[in-house]
Amino acid sequence: MSKNILAYIVSLLLLCGAIVLGVTIGTVSISPVVLWNPASDAAAANILWNIRMPRVVLAGLVGAALAIAGAAFQGLLKNPLADPYTLGVSSGASVGAVMTLFFGISLPFLGTFTLPVMSMIGALLTMFMVMGFAKLVDRSMKMETVILTGIIFSSFLGSIISLMIALTGEELRQIIGWLLGSVSMRGWPYVQMALPFIVIGSFVLWLNRRELNAMLFGEERAQHLGVDVKKRKLLILIGGSVLTGAAVAVSGTIGFIGLVVPHMTRLVWGSDHRHLLPLSFINGASLLIICDLVARTIISPTELPIGVITSFIGAPVFAYIFFRQRKGGSLNA
Amino acid sequence: MLSIKNLSGGYGDKKIIEDVSFEVEKGEMLGILGPNGSGKSTLMKLISGVLPVKEGMITVDGKQIADFPPKELARTMAVLPQLHVHAFSHSVRETVSLGRYPHQSGWFSSWSKEDEQSVIEAMRLMDISHYETSQIDQLSGGEQQRVFVAQALAQNASILLLDEPTNHLDINHQKELLDTIKKQAIEKDLTIVSIFHDINLAAMYCDKLLLLDKGEIYRIGEPHEVVRELDVEAVYRTRVSNHPHPELPKPQITLLPNVKRDISLTQVRAEDFLISSQMVLYRSKVPLKTVSSAVVNPGSGWFRNFMNRHVDAAYNIDNSPAEMKSFIEKNELKSTDTVGMMTAVQTEHAVVKEYEGPFGTVVITVTAGVGNGVDVSKAVERTMHVGTINTWIMVNGTLSEEAFIQAMITATEAKTKALQQERVLDPLTGTIATGTSTDSCLVAATQQGEYLPYAGPITEIGKLIGRGVFECTVEGIKVYREAKKA
Repeated sequence: MSKNILAYIVSLLLLCGAIVLGVTIGTVSISPVVLWNPASDAAAANILWNIRMPRVVLAGLVGAALAIAGAAFQGLLKNPLADPYTLGVSSGASVGAVMTLFFGISLPFLGTFTLPVMSMIGALLTMFMVMGFAKLVDRSMKMETVILTGIIFSSFLGSIISLMIALTGEELRQIIGWLLGSVSMRGWPYVQMALPFIVIGSFVLWLNRRELNAMLFGEERAQHLGVDVKKRKLLILIGGSVLTGAAVAVSGTIGFIGLVVPHMTRLVWGSDHRHLLPLSFINGASLLIICDLVARTIISPTELPIGVITSFIGAPVFAYIFFRQRKGGSLNA
Repeated sequence: MLSIKNLSGGYGDKKIIEDVSFEVEKGEMLGILGPNGSGKSTLMKLISGVLPVKEGMITVDGKQIADFPPKELARTMAVLPQLHVHAFSHSVRETVSLGRYPHQSGWFSSWSKEDEQSVIEAMRLMDISHYETSQIDQLSGGEQQRVFVAQALAQNASILLLDEPTNHLDINHQKELLDTIKKQAIEKDLTIVSIFHDINLAAMYCDKLLLLDKGEIYRIGEPHEVVRELDVEAVYRTRVSNHPHPELPKPQITLLPNVKRDISLTQVRAEDFLISSQMVLYRSKVPLKTVSSAVVNPGSGWFRNFMNRHVDAAYNIDNSPAEMKSFIEKNELKSTDTVGMMTAVQTEHAVVKEYEGPFGTVVITVTAGVGNGVDVSKAVERTMHVGTINTWIMVNGTLSEEAFIQAMITATEAKTKALQQERVLDPLTGTIATGTSTDSCLVAATQQGEYLPYAGPITEIGKLIGRGVFECTVEGIKVYREAKKA
């Protein structure tokens, strides 16, 4: 049990460190003191609370959402290559966003929020279409069916995105920028918009932590153990899709986090979903905050797309952990 | 009680199981047997609710399993499926703990004392407590299998469905696992249904067996009603032979391979017997099927070497098998391949004769001494003495099981007749002896050539044995008496 407590302490410390670094480092350096004593430097406090903090929190939420959704999908699909984008939900979100940019859509009352709202709608529509189609094909909704359906929808929606990119003119930069993913210049309203989906989605997944453990041994085995497989599967798929949709809607398609954070967490702390889900959530947040920090500071004042950095940092870290784990026996023994 | 009535079902529209009905009582273990593709696993999946039932009913204590909510079903019925590979690894303890899933409820359900105890008990029963923290993918197939059995036991269900529980296990762990399960069945009144590949294991452990063929019940009943040569041969399409278990009143089977024993025709010939003052020795090129009351390797078996050793009358008989074994090894024979007898009689006086019949020949060997003749009808407690009349009957032919026994009876009758003719007396009672106190008899056959189903006194072979043993014994007694006089 002490191992689990240690895991949470280490992960939370990492997260705190990431947040402090995230809000203090930038084109203007800010002393961490400002965090608990805003009066010491009013201008810095303004930057910290109105520009950097929402950005860091958004990055953290997106990272957390993608990581916990990835962990759940990998467990549910019993496939180490699964990630939040496997089911095509992200492609749906992208179509919604790219369409908004391509046609210059602006919905009444929403203004600049047209894009994330359209993206969220795209994600939810895709989710229901994927599940509906999978159910049509195979009433018991075997995971292989769901994966294949997701791939079919992804590639179809991907072609629509490609088509819009091919036909677009001046919006190209905007579209590509969005597709590569970013959490910059979003502010608190984006945080507010994503937060309820991420809280609900994560909670739904966490409620299914024991069921996910059982389903690692296959749906049939889970059923033997008393899991209401159909219901639980649907809940997990919906929970993960809501998380993915919300994350993509506010930040674009940021790769790697959803695939790799669950793996790193699993390698270090074990694959018990009771802990894997919350730990992935925390570590996903930390990693994306750090990646965003690097993206905006490494060749400052130019900002790199965050997706470039997630892979750039994540892959070597993953490689190192993978190597240590295979070489030195189990880290979690 | 698990009750299955007119059950039919399968995958999609295809019916694999057709009209199957049976009942399993509390504390009872039912074994499901059948060849590959006979529907064993499908039947299991229907019972466990993984596949939908097309027709018929499955009830537990009168309640249909279709009406059970998933968790309640898992508290009632635990299933051990065949081992599956999985992408991510759990620790042994986590895996076994999952067996407690159906006992937990609510969003934040905590781990109760009962949960903890069930997990610890299940791990102890399956002898995996010391692997507790290991990852299951690092364990061997057999160890993994035990982890999954422990998981099923931790469910504390009253019905256990097992799909080849002994898969991947060595014989020690096969026995341990089935002993444990059987013990649980008796102690906790569990109802157990288990698929078996191994007919012998199933016959040993199950109270009832169900032989499945093409999705239908071919036979159901106690092991002796089901494990029968003809039924097993018909369903599995393979030749088998039935024999009893040495310790339990349970039938066992042995496979009969279709590969012919690759040997040239061998004949047992009287002139090939080596006779010396130390022993009578016959070495066959091929193993002979043998039934005997020898000192080393008595009972039945296949052996190449046959030794009748001369020992002193004062020979210490207490640990004779061990001493005899080392004597055999000293003579550069393998004790596992040699039937060994002893006699106080001078072995160079052995009588070896070959008798020819229409089917082939029989070689009879007798060493006779009548110093301690016994009239069996008047025998009371007597001390053991070194054996005196040793009779070997070696048949160039194929004997059935009953022919071996009949040959033995015929030989004994002939021996008794010889003693009567020679007027050998029981020194204590003064009546005519029927044998001596430590006689041995051996019947061996090449199991080549003509099949001889019977060996009673009026069969061709029985006639040869009767005459041969009689003549050889009479001659042996005469030689013995001559030697005594001299």
